[in-house]
Amino acid sequence: MTKEQIMSIPTVADETSAPLLEIRDLQVGFKTQRGFVPAVKGVNITLGAGQTLAIVGESGSGKSTTAQAIINLLPGAGKVTGGQILFEGRDLTKISASEMEQVRGGQIGYVPQDPMSNLNPVWNIGFQVEEAIRANSNLTGKAARARTVEVLQEAGLADAADRLKQYPHQFSGGMRQRVLIGIGLSARPKLLIADEPTSALDVTVQRTILDHLATLTRDYGTSVLFITHDLGLAVERAEQLVVMYKGQVVEAGNAREILANPLHPYTQRLVAAAPSLASRRIQSARRPETTDHMAISDIGASDDTLIARADKREAGVHPDLITVDHLSKIYNIRQRGFGKTELRAVDDVSFSIAKGTTTALVGESGSGKSTVAKLVLQLETISSGSITFDGADVAALKGADLLAFRRRVQPVFQDPYGSLDPVYSVGNTIAEPLMAHKIGDKKSRQARVRELLDQVALPASTINRYPNELSGGQRQRIAVARALALKPDVIVLDEAVSALDVLVQGQILTLLTDLQAELGLTYLFITHDLAVVRLVADNVCVMQKGRIVETAPTDDVFDNPQDQYTQRLLEAIPGAHFAFAR
Amino acid sequence: MWGYVGRRLLQLIPVFFGATFLIYFMVFSLPGDPIAALFGERPPPEAVIQTIREQYHLNDPFIVQYFYYVGGILTGDLGTTYSGRPVSDLLVQAFPITFRLAMLALAFEAIAGILLGLIAGLRKGKFFDGSALVVSLLLISVPTFVLGFILQYVFAIQLGWFRTTVSAGAPLGDLVLPALVLASVSFAYIVRLTRASVSDNLGADFVRTATAKGLSRRRVVSVHILRNSLIPVVTFLGVDVGALMVGAIVTEGIFNINGVGGTVYQAVTRGEGPTVVSFVAVMVIIYMLANLLVDLLYAALDPRIRLAK
Repeated sequence: MTKEQIMSIPTVADETSAPLLEIRDLQVGFKTQRGFVPAVKGVNITLGAGQTLAIVGESGSGKSTTAQAIINLLPGAGKVTGGQILFEGRDLTKISASEMEQVRGGQIGYVPQDPMSNLNPVWNIGFQVEEAIRANSNLTGKAARARTVEVLQEAGLADAADRLKQYPHQFSGGMRQRVLIGIGLSARPKLLIADEPTSALDVTVQRTILDHLATLTRDYGTSVLFITHDLGLAVERAEQLVVMYKGQVVEAGNAREILANPLHPYTQRLVAAAPSLASRRIQSARRPETTDHMAISDIGASDDTLIARADKREAGVHPDLITVDHLSKIYNIRQRGFGKTELRAVDDVSFSIAKGTTTALVGESGSGKSTVAKLVLQLETISSGSITFDGADVAALKGADLLAFRRRVQPVFQDPYGSLDPVYSVGNTIAEPLMAHKIGDKKSRQARVRELLDQVALPASTINRYPNELSGGQRQRIAVARALALKPDVIVLDEAVSALDVLVQGQILTLLTDLQAELGLTYLFITHDLAVVRLVADNVCVMQKGRIVETAPTDDVFDNPQDQYTQRLLEAIPGAHFAFAR
Repeated sequence: MWGYVGRRLLQLIPVFFGATFLIYFMVFSLPGDPIAALFGERPPPEAVIQTIREQYHLNDPFIVQYFYYVGGILTGDLGTTYSGRPVSDLLVQAFPITFRLAMLALAFEAIAGILLGLIAGLRKGKFFDGSALVVSLLLISVPTFVLGFILQYVFAIQLGWFRTTVSAGAPLGDLVLPALVLASVSFAYIVRLTRASVSDNLGADFVRTATAKGLSRRRVVSVHILRNSLIPVVTFLGVDVGALMVGAIVTEGIFNINGVGGTVYQAVTRGEGPTVVSFVAVMVIIYMLANLLVDLLYAALDPRIRLAK
């Protein structure tokens, strides 16, 4: 789409009044060791007073850089190299550092992404809110403190007065995000920049916070600029949408219209990859033909063979590879003094996984889903109950048997940056399990690594590269290849696609589905993302506070959720009821 | 918190006995006869030797000697040197001098080190940062005695700003130059540690958020970067208190200071068990108290660390 087209897109606001924010042909770049790298290449965005606009795009698209450039929060190496950022007609790229300090907080508020890292851990909450108030008003002393309590109460912390002296680590993620929203809105700014304000939060918390934010900004008449990778969130919360790709705006206009009818091929891909409740399970293109039975009778096989085959298949379809029975995990938490309290991280959980199927464990943080994964992998000891794998009690395994079990059950973890050793080449990383289990010689291992790279659709040349040279999606493919190296029966995927952009996420999910069909793998899929569950799982267990509240085939859970908590989870997914273009 | 401090102080008791026992044992096992060390070339009559041996319990087995020693400490008697001086006299004379020297060095390395480290960290990659790195590397790699002699030559002998050696009472003015020498290596480490810590925190999310609040640059640096950056530095300073007291031996030698280092060195060569053990025991206690102080400071700087575990 050309610049003229974007400029001509009508805004919902009164056409005669000047827009609150107008970004014209913005260019931002970063100084790197390999020279100057442009990150934003000629972006135009117009936002009227009282409006909400969302910039969407995958990581690296320049959406956050654009937002940070507005109030010059770019990291040291970043620099605006061209264009204008007009805020109420004043070009923010031209003003002095002290003038910018006046604009920040007072006129343009900012709500950052990760509530865990955005509050200073060594100062209490009251101090951090109060300093924002003092910086942007004349209030001092008691008046500033009273306003602090007021701001926090408005942000949804009812007991703010009692919690001023508490530190960030004593607050939950949702509460911290409320504090950050309070800080962002404390001076009643005309514009609020919300950079992925809820992507680190659980879906139900996200809903509450976004609802609250919407109420506040509507009451104050604040314009909001959302930065998000979540199309559902964008369509639900913003009137206007700007789609960015590789530093450029590829499509802009009314949010609902764009997502219902995307014109640019990139937007189309993005929309198609967005997992939503309307999606269906990915079917493998390579899935073996299901008409096997018919084909055989056509060529006239004897009844005996047919019956034998049928028996075999009957037996082959149903047996449970993993049975989890009344599983509990109790952690003892030390209290002040000598007291101890029990934390029942996993509480009387039972489920089973049939061979060759995918079972998803879904829940919010703290639901115990990851603990179940660790117990199944035997990385933690079981407090009570049992896990049976292929007929054997997993807890009783020792020595060689345990090693054999580990060979058959492999993990893939969430963070593809953290779970690969940065000083190990890709080839060594994938070959390491083979060496640990003393399989093959150097040559056969090399061959196996090449074969695995091929299976996860990476070129053979990747073998000599290092994790930092690869993208997140490529790294996660390597984590999958490493898990496959020992030809396991089961792969435990703990939030394996949560850190990935939607397009990459789609690719990895398709890869996993293909591998399952090809190799007959069984997956235990741990995730907080219900929309992803719908794409890959055959069965779903919904967990809440250590317990399973609902177990059912995937379609039943989505079409007819029984438990109240499941219903709430489904309800909270942003854009749940919006029909994306397919 | 007071419960925590009390418990930590109680921990001093077993550590004190463990440390004194080990050191006493090591001094006891040293080769050489204290009598020979005491009288040198001309041995005294056998009767005198026997009297001295009786007086100092030298004929008793090691463990008995140790208990005599501990018994003495509990009654306030730290024993006497072989020349008849009470060990407590030596302690009272030597420790204040070394302590003053170490504290002066500590103050210098903390103030100058943190300041330079902060500036270097804020201007990472610029000229100031580069020079700070080169200078600190130089200080780390040049041995203390070389640096000591150079500074002594330039500032005391050539320029005459300081006295060449420290006078008897070791007044603070005389200790400035030795303190600079003593602090040099730790100063270099603190510059580097602070710089790394500051430049890490500079990119922290909460610093960006503080800027976005509309705070001035000065406030962002002093309130949000400095305090967080000091946490690792404080740990280093605590460990360094011990190192400065012990490391003063070389510096004390160069500037002829009559402190702990020289006294312990002489006592070791003479095989004077009570002196060595008493001095080391006091050092152990200082070291432990310094560590306790660091842990308290640490908790004050970082509220996530709760002391009452």
